Amino acid sequence: MGVAVSIKTLYKNFGSLRALDGVSLDIAEGEFFGLLGPNGAGKTTLISALAGLVRPDQGSLHVMGFDVRADYREARRRLGVVPQELVFDPFFSVRETLRIQSGYFGIRNNDDWIDEILENLDLTGKADVNMRRLSGGMKRRVLVAQALVHKPPVIVLDEPTAGVDVELRQGLWQFVQRLNCEGHTVILTTHYLEEAEALCGRIAMLKRGRVVALDTTQNLLARISGHTLKLRLGNEANLPLSLRERATQSEGGWVFRLAGFEEAEPLLAEVRQAGCTLDDMQLTQPDLEDVFLSVMLEEANASEGQS
Amino acid sequence: MSGFQTLLYKELLRFWKVGFQTVAAPVMSALLYLLIFSHVLDSSTQVNGVRYAAFLIPGLVMMSVLQNAFANSSSSLIQAKVTGSVVFVLLPPISYVEFFLAYVVAAMLRGLMVGLGVLVVTCLFAPLQFVAPLWIIAFAVLGGGIMGSLGMIAGIWADKFDQLAGFQNFLIMPLTMLSGVFYSIHSLPPFWQQVSHFNPVFYIIDGFRFGFFGVSDVNPVVTLGVVTASFCVVALATLALLRSGYKLRY
Repeated sequence: MGVAVSIKTLYKNFGSLRALDGVSLDIAEGEFFGLLGPNGAGKTTLISALAGLVRPDQGSLHVMGFDVRADYREARRRLGVVPQELVFDPFFSVRETLRIQSGYFGIRNNDDWIDEILENLDLTGKADVNMRRLSGGMKRRVLVAQALVHKPPVIVLDEPTAGVDVELRQGLWQFVQRLNCEGHTVILTTHYLEEAEALCGRIAMLKRGRVVALDTTQNLLARISGHTLKLRLGNEANLPLSLRERATQSEGGWVFRLAGFEEAEPLLAEVRQAGCTLDDMQLTQPDLEDVFLSVMLEEANASEGQS
Repeated sequence: MSGFQTLLYKELLRFWKVGFQTVAAPVMSALLYLLIFSHVLDSSTQVNGVRYAAFLIPGLVMMSVLQNAFANSSSSLIQAKVTGSVVFVLLPPISYVEFFLAYVVAAMLRGLMVGLGVLVVTCLFAPLQFVAPLWIIAFAVLGGGIMGSLGMIAGIWADKFDQLAGFQNFLIMPLTMLSGVFYSIHSLPPFWQQVSHFNPVFYIIDGFRFGFFGVSDVNPVVTLGVVTASFCVVALATLALLRSGYKLRY
């Protein structure tokens, strides 16, 4: 598998704000790649640089081997971007919008593919409706459709499900997953970490314009070892000090971190022996949100240490 | 279709879809100007040996060409910027030269369409001559090109509709209104005659009118030179702006 997107030591300042601080990334063909980070981390700047909307101060970007500046025509033909903002041209209907977008990429008679996209995004009934008359969710679908008219091998979705209802979200992911299975590389930024966890094979986490974590989703999840056991206890005054020291208190319960399932039984036995009763119990597996928070926290500590 | 052709087509479709506002309305305004001014002045006034109403018509036609060419590219760009839909033309493989040509040609064509409309409606009111038709066409095309380019500059520069309105009302309107649309500059005091020679729009109107009547305030060859040079300067400035990505690609 070749490299779909190659980003090398990318820097970008907006005035005194350093938006990208030496980002390097390689994304392989066929990957479903997640780009995560808090607001202002540089995700959209990075995507905009890839799309040629932002010109980096330093560094290079390649899409399917084509430099986005020197070979911009070839690079842009291979890239489909779904922008974050809900933008549309109010003069045109959905079909006109998609025909025009095809034309911008030098494609004529694209109606077969346009029909297929409309069908997949459940927009067929809206094909001849003016953009202004569509609901927010429908406009979002058209944005996705516009990014796909030229069948780009690399698809970038910048927060595509923000403010979108569950049904569309499911439909959209099915369609994008299908495109991914057919060989399209997909790059996704999202605030919904469960989406990233479910969909992305590999994830980069950005903070203050730098990549602070880059690994497969599995490896990232494995970073947070074990499970958490949350107990709500009757007679909690009986809980011995040895157990209290191992736990943190949250929302009226005691939270224990366990290295694995095998630690759960002995812990419960100790609790029972101490004379406590069990009112409620929750065992949770680590998810991407835990990883995300811990990475962001590590990073905050590290940068404090430096300064 | 290439990216350029599509962008041009889109720009034409954009104003054609609201043709009542973008073509019919300015024709109506020009007709009103003609009715009022010719009613007041026609019986008593001759300019350069031409009846006033006939003298006024080419001025009104050119003013319509200029104002509509400017309006087309500037409003299209600022709308696209304010709504954010400008990304749709920035993401595809369209070069900045193609971008320039599409917007300027569309602006020019809207200007010419309105100008032709004004000509057709107004020519019923006074006998017109067409002494040098090629000059008429050359000045109409160059005038539309200059204002189409200026409209691009204004549309790229302005962040708000307010700023664009300022550009239009405090620069474009005075330049066109004070360019000799309604009068020959020979009727002005000497100082203002001199000032008018620094207004490029004056040359556009004067040369355009020469095409109709064969008489002009300035030697038409000089006029053509000034107008062509003006077009080149404005076009190159617009191209440089687009190349730099100013306010479009950050």
